[in-house]
Amino acid sequence: MSDILTIKNLRVEGRPPGGTYVPIVKGVSLNVAKGEVLALIGESGSGKSTISLASMGFARPGCRISGGEIWLNGRDIMKLSPHDRHALRGNEVSYVAQSAAASFNPALRIGKQVIEAPLWHGAGDAATLTATAVDLYRKLDLPNPDTVGNKFPHQVSGGQLQRLMAAMAMSCGPDLLILDEPTTALDVTTQIEVLKAFKDIIRDQGTAAIYVTHDLAVVAQVADRILVLKNGEMVEEGPTAQILHDPQHEYTRTLMAAVRPAPHLVDHVDASAAQAPVISARNITAGYGALTILSDVSVDVPAASVVGVIGESGCGKSTLARVVAGLTPLREGEIKLDGKVAAPSVKDRPRDTLKDCQIVFQMADTALNPRQRIGDILGRPLEFYQGLKGRARLDKVGELLELVDLPRSFASRFPGELSGGQKQRINLARALAADPKVILCDEVTSALDTVVAAGVIDLLKTLKDKLGVAYMFISHDLSTVASFADEVVVLYAGRVVEKGPSKAVFSPPFHPYTKLLLSSVPEMRQGWLEGVADTGEAKAASAGSVVIGAKGCPFSNRCTHVISGTCDTVAPPLRVLSDGLEIACHLPTGELPDRGL
Amino acid sequence: MSDATEFAKPRASVFAGLRLTRTAIFAGGILLFWLVLALFGPWIAPHGEADIISTKTFAPIGEGGWLGTDKLGRDVFSRLIYGVRTTLLLALVTTVISFTFGVTLGFAAAILKGWFDIVVSRIVEAFMAFPSTLLALVVIGAFGTSITVLVLTVGLVLSTSVFRVSRALGYDIGVMDFVEAARARGEGTWWILTREILPNSMAPLIAEFGLRFTFSILFLSGLSFLGLGVQEPAADWGLMVQENVGGLFLGSSAALIPAACIASLTVSMNLLVDWFQQRQQGETVLEKIDQ
Ligand SMILES: Nc1ncnc2c1ncn2[C@@H]1O[C@H](COP(=O)(O)OP(=O)(O)OP(=O)(O)O)[C@@H](O)[C@H]1O
Ligand code: SF4
Ligand SMILES: [Mg+2]
Repeated sequence: MSDILTIKNLRVEGRPPGGTYVPIVKGVSLNVAKGEVLALIGESGSGKSTISLASMGFARPGCRISGGEIWLNGRDIMKLSPHDRHALRGNEVSYVAQSAAASFNPALRIGKQVIEAPLWHGAGDAATLTATAVDLYRKLDLPNPDTVGNKFPHQVSGGQLQRLMAAMAMSCGPDLLILDEPTTALDVTTQIEVLKAFKDIIRDQGTAAIYVTHDLAVVAQVADRILVLKNGEMVEEGPTAQILHDPQHEYTRTLMAAVRPAPHLVDHVDASAAQAPVISARNITAGYGALTILSDVSVDVPAASVVGVIGESGCGKSTLARVVAGLTPLREGEIKLDGKVAAPSVKDRPRDTLKDCQIVFQMADTALNPRQRIGDILGRPLEFYQGLKGRARLDKVGELLELVDLPRSFASRFPGELSGGQKQRINLARALAADPKVILCDEVTSALDTVVAAGVIDLLKTLKDKLGVAYMFISHDLSTVASFADEVVVLYAGRVVEKGPSKAVFSPPFHPYTKLLLSSVPEMRQGWLEGVADTGEAKAASAGSVVIGAKGCPFSNRCTHVISGTCDTVAPPLRVLSDGLEIACHLPTGELPDRGL
Repeated sequence: MSDATEFAKPRASVFAGLRLTRTAIFAGGILLFWLVLALFGPWIAPHGEADIISTKTFAPIGEGGWLGTDKLGRDVFSRLIYGVRTTLLLALVTTVISFTFGVTLGFAAAILKGWFDIVVSRIVEAFMAFPSTLLALVVIGAFGTSITVLVLTVGLVLSTSVFRVSRALGYDIGVMDFVEAARARGEGTWWILTREILPNSMAPLIAEFGLRFTFSILFLSGLSFLGLGVQEPAADWGLMVQENVGGLFLGSSAALIPAACIASLTVSMNLLVDWFQQRQQGETVLEKIDQ
């Protein structure tokens, strides 16, 4: 068997400044054969990226490879001179990072950057290399392969840029390709095109690949073998099918159990029409500067219920939350909180109004002031809204900590001394300190590992039952929304395209965009990707990119059902179907896409 | 629940917490030495700063005083000790003034934004367009060479750079989620500034303070050398260089010694700032390792 890469007993250490080295990777061995894709999975901090970097003979600043052998193409690269080792990169090994945007120079044309490495390594002259690159663009299914190289990075969509990044990595014809969470930053709809392109090109070129991710459904699509890591140690290794369906190790089973279930529908309580909604946003138009992001958005959040807001990145989900919270003042429309009209700007809202509606941010890390102790972070809203001081305040902080399943002793810690999941719990506790009627949760779980995220969702459910608080739950994770939300709003390019009770939204008839969104959620089933990527819907969707402020239906440039002449000129109004379901589409009810998942 | 495990957080002694390097200890030692001299100078110095102790001017080292005498026959050693007082005190006062103006205006511009930011930024840019020495020359030329004018002028010149640093910090930190969270809670500008933004700007501001302090020493010495700074008979290192520069040709070291002292002070301060910044960066590197 021809192994491209063999790692034996790799040990990597990292050193806190002034401290001593502590092991990060503790004796991991692996091998990757030609044309094989090995997936590294594990929670954050398990050493996935460290290992993938080490296979290029590279360690992050502050880290060192302290032991083991790394054989690439029959040579131990740790024995090479730094110069020779450097020459390997972009020649025999290529690396694709999480964010393509960060890897491209915005000031240079894409084509020039794609051929830069092979040109530097003297693999040919510019003309032949460009021809090879165009060939790659075609294989990666990029629109206009002949001219895309002349564009600048900002002129193509995120998914296209990620595929161009793959072209850049493949341009030198590497033997080993390292993909570090290459689709994590992408939307599900874009993820499909990128995954498919990666998979095809790896097969086509017979490249060996290491695929780092925490998303098991993605792994099921691309990997031949899986290596499970925990705290820098190998837990289990085996063929994809075996790890997915018959995991041997306890830890792997926990990982599998925490995987989001495929969207399954639960019966939710119907919002009681008797009570006034805690949030009632009517015909909101808002944006930043000259840019209008949200147009004519109406959302109601009934008391003690969960309203999910879904849609792809940049569609205005966070903007909606900010508008409701008054952080981004609305331009048109009206917001009522608990039946009372709220001023557009947070500055003009009285404390009673502010108290009722709290916001929890996406990035747990940045939402807590690193210089304040947890006790002060939680104590401030108590003092601010309820005037609690001294002993009473201290007691209440303890109660809040217990409410979110953290020990009282955490009050004396700084945020830096907490893990991601713990920080997010503190964020929740801070919102709860105001004793609110509704909490705006902006992607509260998307920065967390699956296991930890599942814990936070459970906590949200418990709090809802215990305290009767309502949530506006913003997420791009459809399965979570499907199993958690009572009602769902689907946003596309700043407009509501579909809304209604969760069950009605997640079952036919669908808005064409909702349909695309739902069918794009990766399933654990191997071979799912091939099935879905070839549908007309996926093809049409990857051809265009999101246009904000389109004249007609915002989805018209990516929709297979488009009625030309109508859809691209007239914006479809929301129309009420049965069961309180509302859909904004020109298609007659009978012709809306139906067969679902 | 995997995310509810206890952390063990070792608490070491203060000095271990500082994570001093050899360079930092060395530079810190020199600064401490000068500081002690500045504080207790009058009790240590063998003579007064203006006392003429010898009829021999430009006496070499060892003759007259420890370090010789200057152009009027005053004790170089004593003047040096009095000089560190003036130099450090003036540098401190000017830096504090520059921070008072720079930080207040910088953060105000970052928080208030809009026309306030535009107006103040343009004014500062206009000031920065002038070479700082030229600016000081004009102002001191117009208002005369009093200590008050000197201190205010230098403070003003320094404050432009402090303004830019604070404004950038204010903008960067002002958009972070924890500040947004405070805004969403309904907190006023004062709370956001003093409780959320300022504590998180401390590290870069401390580094900036060190750098401005160094710059102030050099700038003041430069002005003294031009005759615009501290006036005789008071002792100041820059002034001492200027007074005794003529002695260089007679083989006197009376001008070289204060120059070397200025160098030791500024280089040490810079080394200390470097150490401090590296240490802050070290913390962020640590976070990266943890991922
Ligand atoms: N402060 C700002 N100034 C200008 N434009 C902004 C600002 N904040 C967001 N935008 C733009 O507004 C649009 C909507 O952003 P928003 O953050 O609401 O998206 P989102 O749906 O929450 O996306 P994600 O899922 O990535 O969080 C995007 O095109 C974004 O670039
Ligand atoms: S209105 Fe037209 S373009 Fe828009 S989703 Fe419906 S069919 Fe597609
Ligand atoms: Mg968002």
